[in-house]
Amino acid sequence: MRAAVILFPGINREGDAARALKQATGATPTIVWHAERELPAGVDLVVLPGGFSYGDYLRCGAIAARAPIMKAVGGHAARGGLVLGICNGFQILCEAGLLPGVLMRNAQRRFLCKMQHVRVENAQTPFTRRYAPGQVVKFAIAHGEGNFVADDETIERIEAEGRVAFRYSDAEGRVGDATNPNGSTHSIAGVFNERFNVLGLMPHPENLIDPLVGGVDGRALFASLAA
Amino acid sequence: MKARVIVTLKSGVLDPQGKAIEGALKALAVDGLKSVRQGKIFDIEIDGEDHAAARRRLAEACERLLANTIVENYAIEIG
Repeated sequence: MRAAVILFPGINREGDAARALKQATGATPTIVWHAERELPAGVDLVVLPGGFSYGDYLRCGAIAARAPIMKAVGGHAARGGLVLGICNGFQILCEAGLLPGVLMRNAQRRFLCKMQHVRVENAQTPFTRRYAPGQVVKFAIAHGEGNFVADDETIERIEAEGRVAFRYSDAEGRVGDATNPNGSTHSIAGVFNERFNVLGLMPHPENLIDPLVGGVDGRALFASLAA
Repeated sequence: MKARVIVTLKSGVLDPQGKAIEGALKALAVDGLKSVRQGKIFDIEIDGEDHAAARRRLAEACERLLANTIVENYAIEIG
């Protein structure tokens, strides 16, 4: 497994992503600057980490989505290569059209920074196969714009095709308004593209890989990718 | 030539910022406000005097970057 982590100006979670990838794969990923036009040869997985690319100017992820490297990321996805977008990375993938929908301002108008349970909705993908279906895991969330919105037809398609990766829940896996931190449609915390080789999610599994910092529920995601 | 692009949220899309602004205005006791929705304005200077061409170029700018047409509408004003 060869991984590349894309670095846009204003991104600040690339070190966390690299650490999680190193732990799972044994190899240090290549950090690729946004102004590059090509990915390193032989890359299997591209990670767009979290942060505040371009200071969230215009719309979250909008300017990064038009960066030179994104053509290569799109080409990689079109060839079936794996792409993972976390938090701002998820916003960038939506803005780039590699994932459906858009991440809007949290409905409660607050920046959220807390631990959050999510339920694994589809455990048969390259990103989630080391989880059990319906497993409830605890990730960190840290975002002001994580309210996933798409038109009704798109939501219906995503649901019918099993493309919801994670849903916000409580510790028992119950999903509803009371456990939805940001107003996301159907409590969606992460979605796949049509081919299940692109995943975007708002929570931070890369921060849950060490018991010293609150848990290891994120390890299975990176272990899935490395398997 | 000067142009203005106005980007607004589509009706029905939740606008928490607009709601917060609305709440603040109501707290200031500004009378008669029913609701507030916020958006963005871009003032753009364009080469040449061909209005139709400018409109095409600005529409392209909106489609490709200035607006996310999943949730936003745009309007172009020239001159």
